[in-house]
Amino acid sequence: MAHLLTWIVVLPLVGFVLNGLLGNRFGKSFVTVVGCGLPLAAFAAAMACVLDLIAGGAREPLVHVAYTWAVVGDRTFEVAFWLDRLAAVMVLIVTGVGSLIHIYSTGYMHEDRSYARYFAYLNLFLFFMLLLVLGRSLLVLFVGWEGVGLASYLLIGFWFEDAEKARAGKKAFVTNRIGDAGFLLGMFAVFWALGTLDMDKVNAAYMAGPPPAVAASVVGVLLFIGATGKSAQIPLYVWLPDAMAGPTPVSALIHAATMVTAGVYLVARMSGVYMHAEFASSVVAVIGVATAFFAATIAVVQNDIKKVLAYSTVSQLGLMFVAAGVGAYGVAIFHVYTHAFFKACLFLGAGSVIHALSGEQDIRRMGGLAKRIPVTFVTFAVATAAIAGIPPLAGFFSKDEILWYAFASGKGGSPLLWAVAAATALLTAFYMFRLLWLTFFGRSRMSHEVEHHVHESPLSMTAVLTILAALSAIGGFLALPHWLEMQLPLPPVPDALHHFEWPLLVVSVVIAASGLLGAWYFFGNDAARAQRVHAKGLHRLLSAKYYVDECYERWLGRPLVWVSDRLFLNVGDRMLLDGTLNGLARLAQRGAGVLSRIQTGSLHRYVLFVLAGSAVLLLWSIGRV
Amino acid sequence: MDKLQLLLLLALALFAIGLLGVVIRRNLLVMLMCMELMLNAANLSLVTLARQTDTSAGAVLVFLVFVVAAAEIAIAIPIVLLLVRRRHTLDADAYADLKG
Repeated sequence: MAHLLTWIVVLPLVGFVLNGLLGNRFGKSFVTVVGCGLPLAAFAAAMACVLDLIAGGAREPLVHVAYTWAVVGDRTFEVAFWLDRLAAVMVLIVTGVGSLIHIYSTGYMHEDRSYARYFAYLNLFLFFMLLLVLGRSLLVLFVGWEGVGLASYLLIGFWFEDAEKARAGKKAFVTNRIGDAGFLLGMFAVFWALGTLDMDKVNAAYMAGPPPAVAASVVGVLLFIGATGKSAQIPLYVWLPDAMAGPTPVSALIHAATMVTAGVYLVARMSGVYMHAEFASSVVAVIGVATAFFAATIAVVQNDIKKVLAYSTVSQLGLMFVAAGVGAYGVAIFHVYTHAFFKACLFLGAGSVIHALSGEQDIRRMGGLAKRIPVTFVTFAVATAAIAGIPPLAGFFSKDEILWYAFASGKGGSPLLWAVAAATALLTAFYMFRLLWLTFFGRSRMSHEVEHHVHESPLSMTAVLTILAALSAIGGFLALPHWLEMQLPLPPVPDALHHFEWPLLVVSVVIAASGLLGAWYFFGNDAARAQRVHAKGLHRLLSAKYYVDECYERWLGRPLVWVSDRLFLNVGDRMLLDGTLNGLARLAQRGAGVLSRIQTGSLHRYVLFVLAGSAVLLLWSIGRV
Repeated sequence: MDKLQLLLLLALALFAIGLLGVVIRRNLLVMLMCMELMLNAANLSLVTLARQTDTSAGAVLVFLVFVVAAAEIAIAIPIVLLLVRRRHTLDADAYADLKG
């Protein structure tokens, strides 16, 4: 059965090749069948593998060595696939939600000229994501890690005729590169200390036996730098909001459900290292909670429907890192799993709204859509309630567990951490219901032209929305942290804190409800009440996203450009490199000029030269012999 | 003076005449003929020396030179013909296009 693991990964690649090479020739129906069929086949293969894993008790992972990449001395680098409980959860999310979003895209992208290119990229993304999830070695994971970055870049800049969108793609790529430098250093450290990159062996080496030559915290922090890039944490989160320039299903698949959770997956996968890295774990938790709160405050004032969701994603990813930072890796993965459903549903719902309004994204020009596009509204509302943490929807369970461990974990939990995370949860509920109200309730603020064309999306889109909404509603009943506990043990909770569990549960319900009520109070009846709030300075600060982009531009971007321009371009490149090369070329040219005078074109002179040459050789040889 | 030495001197004279012709004459056909002269001077010296040392190796070499000379002239004459057809002259200096 293990050989099926390779097929899970390869099938989307086949889709990429077919769609990329033949898609334009064979037309849309071919692209649709290949583009959706192969991810579905991959999902079926993944399902078969996971069932096989469970049938075996899920104690021993399925391993399949697909290819021996390189043998250096006595070290082998293999492309091996590894399916354990953690990978099983991720692979089902990636192929399952991925397939749904492929199907949704057939409706959303139907009118696009580059339909085949779109599906080719999407399949390519799936291939790299599965490589990332199933790889046994950090090296294979890194290939997938870079590959999803590439696919993300290609899809953010999918409409590259628009310079703004192409620039957003570039920003994502460059920002990720910074994180990847940390990731690479982490890999070097691991390889230097242990001589292997297989993650199970690395974990085992840190879990047992004498401590390796490189401290766990060093590895942990370096790998986490990589995770801050891919999973959009402070200080590298700036690319994710701009990544919304891509088509909306791409935002749902890559920038909400799957790729951006790769950092969380990495931390969970390397849990053996992080468990023994107290410092690195607290860095993860602090960065996570700071990002969560910070992004949530920005989301409160955004007016672009996708930007709100983007900041919400950054914030939710922060919460996942909080869980990972306090040692509750299974809970972090649980939130990855529920988040994949409701955030994909929200993004696809937003896509459906944008589709209905012929491209309008500004929530100030929406309103009153509930009756006009009922399926989109109901699914969006369910997903909103889920992310806000209204029981018994999926988000409630995972968020409550995160808050509980942030408070009570014996490995770095503290009331302060809980307080900030709870404030984030409150803000989440508030801005999500604000979004819901401004989009679907109240008076219509659409222009007459747009209002005339409002229509519900085709079945391919609404069906996917319905499935995802259903999963966001019931997904939380799966006790995922418990199932993962054998592999990712939950942190110990001090006995003194156990009696806080129920009060905190009540508090998190109250938080969600008060977010809902707050949003209703400010935006429920008419938007005017929100406008009467006098906090101009704060509002301007939040709207400008704390001027982080501007600061990066001024303190990092411009000095870098200056150094590159003056030092590297003018001195290094133009003077040193070009100067040397041009000098060499000029020397050759002048030398050739002198030598070419001998080439007179007169045969007779050449014969004389030959004669003279032979005479000299003759004399020389006489002297020798 | 020995007869063989005379023959060698004859070969030297033939070679010198041929070389002089190649160096000073501008007509391509004459230059080719002069080259043949030099080849035959070499042949003569080979035969003479073979006779002097009483070995046959030199004589065998002569046949090789014949063949090479025939092949060379078979290629050289068509080339000259093509050149002449293009420029209508046999002057070697007219074909100095590749000079530096």
